[in-house]
Amino acid sequence: MYAFDYQKAGSVSDALAALKAEDAQPISGGQTLIPTLKARLAAPSALIDLSGIAEMKGIEVAGGMVKIGGAVTHQSVADHAGVKAAIPALAQLAAHIGDPAVRHKGTIGGSVANNDPSACYPSACLGLGATIHSSAGDMAADEFFQGMFATALDAGQIVTGVSFPIPEKAAYMKFVQPASRFALVGVFVSKGAGGVRVAVTGASESGVFRWTAAEDALAGNFSPDSVPPAPAADGMIGDIHGSPEYRAHLVAVMTKRAVKAC
Amino acid sequence: MTKISMKVNGEAVSGEVEGRTLLVQFLRDHLGLTGTHVGCDTGQCGACVVHVDGESVKACNMLAAAADGAEVMTIEGMAAPDGTLSVIQAAFQEHHGLQCGFCTPGMVMSAADLLNRNANPSEAEVRAYLEGNICRCTGYHNIVKAILAAAATLRGEAVAAE
Repeated sequence: MYAFDYQKAGSVSDALAALKAEDAQPISGGQTLIPTLKARLAAPSALIDLSGIAEMKGIEVAGGMVKIGGAVTHQSVADHAGVKAAIPALAQLAAHIGDPAVRHKGTIGGSVANNDPSACYPSACLGLGATIHSSAGDMAADEFFQGMFATALDAGQIVTGVSFPIPEKAAYMKFVQPASRFALVGVFVSKGAGGVRVAVTGASESGVFRWTAAEDALAGNFSPDSVPPAPAADGMIGDIHGSPEYRAHLVAVMTKRAVKAC
Repeated sequence: MTKISMKVNGEAVSGEVEGRTLLVQFLRDHLGLTGTHVGCDTGQCGACVVHVDGESVKACNMLAAAADGAEVMTIEGMAAPDGTLSVIQAAFQEHHGLQCGFCTPGMVMSAADLLNRNANPSEAEVRAYLEGNICRCTGYHNIVKAILAAAATLRGEAVAAE
């Protein structure tokens, strides 16, 4: 790692003030950022630690919504009785990110802000039609995620929380890349007031996306048999773990499994 | 340089670290607690697992300064001061849950974390909980057996000899 200064932020306003310094960068659980720094793929002048900010640590289930603070760890989401009762698919998703030691540190805000093309949480945000709360205001997930590692946030802005509308039913199915436990392909399906949503992670070179052809088909008949044939392989990720065609095929398979599990 | 202090295995310690100093470097190089191992240094193998405020974390994937004020437990804190092994360590010995021993500190700390959360895990739950701990010798079988035996002992059940 290149050298940097480290500062724990006590509040959101503290963090935003500290992030005004040139090349300062936020760190939350650090489970992605620290390996990135070790590989010298980033050289921040300072890391501003958001993980101890009390106002970003709550979980509220009320008024048909589950609101999770940005600094809440995956394990806390997985264990939360209110989340398990309201959106079991979300608790289950959190319970299968990485491994236990990673889940004790990694946070929802970090995952959402990083928007790794294979991360699990972005698919839940998009698949449930969540609202992303940030220091730049509230944004619909549909506008927030803007491609691989890209979001609507600019440097110096942070994700402070996520609100998920409670669906009628939902399920997340992940085909894991066995070494990293990232999603080779993961599909989050929900049916609720906003209709049917199908969000896919791990597959596209443009990051998490909604598979609208499947949404339309499932809106007519919510059954695994309604899932259309695999989407085109164009623009799908191809690497040593799987070809674009393989990933495209998995999108349809995992969507069927998710619908069945709903 | 930042001055940090924390409790490690119940003892108050402090030191001066750079922002980029990892918790595992602080434990091993500053405090001389070399029981916590660095295997992959990429957050995947789990040889560096310690407990921070009661939960397992990968000490190679956490900054030392982030642990300022925390309570840390390492493998050195598991046995009694007179050297009597903890129930989990004794079970690893009894059930031959290690060969080269490099992964063992992390395995024991992850096992302790599991048993803190779940006193009566199934074999499948033990295997799932160890997904972030890699062992290249044992094939995991005896590690799982040791953890199940330790769980039974901690619950006060007699463990059948093999």
